[in-house]
Amino acid sequence: MPFLNHTQPEILRPVSTMFIVTSIVVALLLNGLPWGGLWLALRPDFVAVVLLYWCTHKPLRIGVGLSWAIGILADVGDASLFGQHALAYTLLAFGGVVLSRRIRMFDLREQTTQVLLILFSTYAIYALVHWQVNGQIVWPYFLGCLTSTLLWVPMSSLFQSMRQMRVDRE
Amino acid sequence: MDSTQTFQVFNRGPSPAARLVFFAVLSLLLMFVDARFRYLESTRSALSVLVSPLQRLATMPMLLMQQAGDFFVTQNSLLLDKKALQRQHGIDSVQLVQQQALLQENMQLRNLIALQKRNQYTGQFAEIVYTERDVFRRKVLINKGSVASVLPGQVVMDDKGIVGQITRVFPWLSEVTLITEKDHAVPVQVLRNGLRSVTFGAGDTSQLSLRYMPVSTDIQNGDILVTSGIDGIYPPGIPVAKVEKIERDAAYPFARISCLPIGGVDKYRQLLVLSAAPKLPERPEPEPVAVRGKLKKSGGH
Repeated sequence: MPFLNHTQPEILRPVSTMFIVTSIVVALLLNGLPWGGLWLALRPDFVAVVLLYWCTHKPLRIGVGLSWAIGILADVGDASLFGQHALAYTLLAFGGVVLSRRIRMFDLREQTTQVLLILFSTYAIYALVHWQVNGQIVWPYFLGCLTSTLLWVPMSSLFQSMRQMRVDRE
Repeated sequence: MDSTQTFQVFNRGPSPAARLVFFAVLSLLLMFVDARFRYLESTRSALSVLVSPLQRLATMPMLLMQQAGDFFVTQNSLLLDKKALQRQHGIDSVQLVQQQALLQENMQLRNLIALQKRNQYTGQFAEIVYTERDVFRRKVLINKGSVASVLPGQVVMDDKGIVGQITRVFPWLSEVTLITEKDHAVPVQVLRNGLRSVTFGAGDTSQLSLRYMPVSTDIQNGDILVTSGIDGIYPPGIPVAKVEKIERDAAYPFARISCLPIGGVDKYRQLLVLSAAPKLPERPEPEPVAVRGKLKKSGGH
């Protein structure tokens, strides 16, 4: 699979703020789709993956603070405990920002294992909060961690190609 | 991490670690406050102004799809519905007919009860169980017999008028001779002027006739005939018949008057058997014919 080995050989156009905002809004929208039952357990956390992408690729623009704010919005949208998603996304953004250079050096296949760890910590936060509030650990939460990781490759290649397209159009 | 700190050329604010600690503590604080005190509902509702359009947008395709699904009902389900409705309609219409019959019956029973209250006669309900197989014999069998202390001679009526008279009694059945039976006589009076007469069954399906009424007698179409009470069998004042047709032919000494019974002689199933009328004193022996002739003669003198 050639696209898996695609490290960034070419210089990409600077990302417009509009693109970032749109991607996050779309991710929030996808999270808000009426998922149910098993699909809800299998649902990847689109917002987490998108945030992680921007934190690793544009660590100077999307950082811990913005991730926290988006986490608050996700909390409102999810009607979950106030601060739950915020804490998880804060940790995620920290991981993304700190590991951004290392991750960008890897190709997509190697990135996946790194991303899995970061997303696992995010989902562990969810599970911990749920455990503290409801007194039980919900293991199906971690299914979403796996699907989110699987989402990483198609999503980041999609974003890369979109940024590439902007170059071609010039 | 060390390298990012050591080679920091531009001022980028606090390090990611500091930010992490700050926001993590903030999140934990929020969670604690939210879980314990629920102070943040207003904040939540204010922020939901931002998020709820997104949510509405997210649920819209599903809603639209459901509405479209409702619209495009498949032909098969329509056919099934139609079949089920038709079956239901069949069942319902049978029940409706039954209900109408029951209503009719109920109305008649109510009338009978009202009649029983209005008159001082006691009576008992009976139902026709058999009719005579010979169409020219106007008789029916009812389901009350000597066990129910029915006696021969008792009068049978419905809510409108006289129907007949008990003629034979069996243990569980009794035979009612209808007033339309040929030559069955009922003593009557014309309600309008009190004229006494006797109706006879005509023997055909539903007619009575008044016999031996002079051509000049005062009787009109539409006159109501009620029982006169003469004879002690029929209680007085019960409607019997209505005058239908009068033929006054000078060639005959008597008018031919035909009437229609008022009671539902051949209509209903429920009847009322009246208790026997109070017994009259014995009729005196008729005078011997010979004596009468003598008297006439003597009267002539």
